[in-house]
Amino acid sequence: MTGMPDPQAPKRVLVVVPAWNEQGSVGAVVSEIRKECPQAAVLVVDDGSGDLTSVVARNAGALVCRLPFNLGVGGAMRAGYRYAQREGYDVVVQVDADGQHDVGYVRPLIEALGSADIVIGARFAGEGSYPARGPRRWAMALLALVLSRLAHTRLSDVTSGFRATNRRGIAVFATHYPAEYLGDTVESLVVAARSHLVIRQVDVVMRPRAGGQPSHSPARAAAFLVRAVLALGLALTRPRPELSAAPARRDGGWAG
Amino acid sequence: MSVLEQSGYPFALVVAVLLLLALFWLLRTQRLREKYSVLWFAVIVGVVLLTFVPAITGWLTGLVGVTTPINLVFILAFLVLLVVCIQLSIEISTLEESARTVAEEVALLRLEMERRTPDPDAGGPRPAGDDGGAPS
Repeated sequence: MTGMPDPQAPKRVLVVVPAWNEQGSVGAVVSEIRKECPQAAVLVVDDGSGDLTSVVARNAGALVCRLPFNLGVGGAMRAGYRYAQREGYDVVVQVDADGQHDVGYVRPLIEALGSADIVIGARFAGEGSYPARGPRRWAMALLALVLSRLAHTRLSDVTSGFRATNRRGIAVFATHYPAEYLGDTVESLVVAARSHLVIRQVDVVMRPRAGGQPSHSPARAAAFLVRAVLALGLALTRPRPELSAAPARRDGGWAG
Repeated sequence: MSVLEQSGYPFALVVAVLLLLALFWLLRTQRLREKYSVLWFAVIVGVVLLTFVPAITGWLTGLVGVTTPINLVFILAFLVLLVVCIQLSIEISTLEESARTVAEEVALLRLEMERRTPDPDAGGPRPAGDDGGAPS
């Protein structure tokens, strides 16, 4: 069944929701996804939560994959991509569990996959408003600039965790989804661009976060700038990941 | 052996021999993998060598351009420790990557298992196989 994909067949969509201690919001997110996209399967990757995240998600009707300990978004998402690859899904959509991502945009993201391998839901690209100032803003601008050149397209928000990926992207991310700092967003895009995947962005409006505001302390913002530059520099100088042509086969990984 | 009459050398020798024995014991009881022991054996052999033939230090000092021989010994010791620390960091990173991969696989297997075994109280509010003790 993972042989030749029929272009006429409807796409099998898996919505992956990485969740870490999100029992307050994950239920609503899952229900909303199921309502907006009834034909899509929803996989909540419980990233070692200490609360009832997995229970709430399962009761809301999602498949739940529970990681035994916290791996960060990178680990959670790679597990999601591996699942999608093994189960032969055509599209993976990543949605945050905190309710920030408007599920109404899932459909436009998937539609934009017609001309791309990865579609990013970009904040503050006109449609959205996302307050960021000072060093944090510079860091984001720098990341966007470098990645835009790398991907040969205009990208304004490369730290967005709202994105859709087709089979080619799933194959890359199932093996190379970095767990480093910013690896789940920035470095994964570097990996994708260097694997010659086509990246596009679609403008989205973000909702206010359900719980807590992001820290705006200047020290944190400066630390973010330094770490972002470091992460980007490392990502760019890493050896090019080989694009594995073999589909949907589990090998032992590369740790040997 | 006039060297051994100087007070510092027997001490160094005893320490080196004790370290050697400890290494052998760790290897024998399989608490230390052989690949990590090579470096330590090399260090101990070096220490023993320097203990018996201190002239090596003097000769090396002249070669490198350090004035005081003991400083060279310190530099070398620091370098060895630095290399060991870096090597351990590398090993930890490898282990973390393996642990991550294993964790992902375990989670996926558990999901697959849950999907295949029909939930005894499917449809009910109680989830299957949870340790959390969900309120029902």
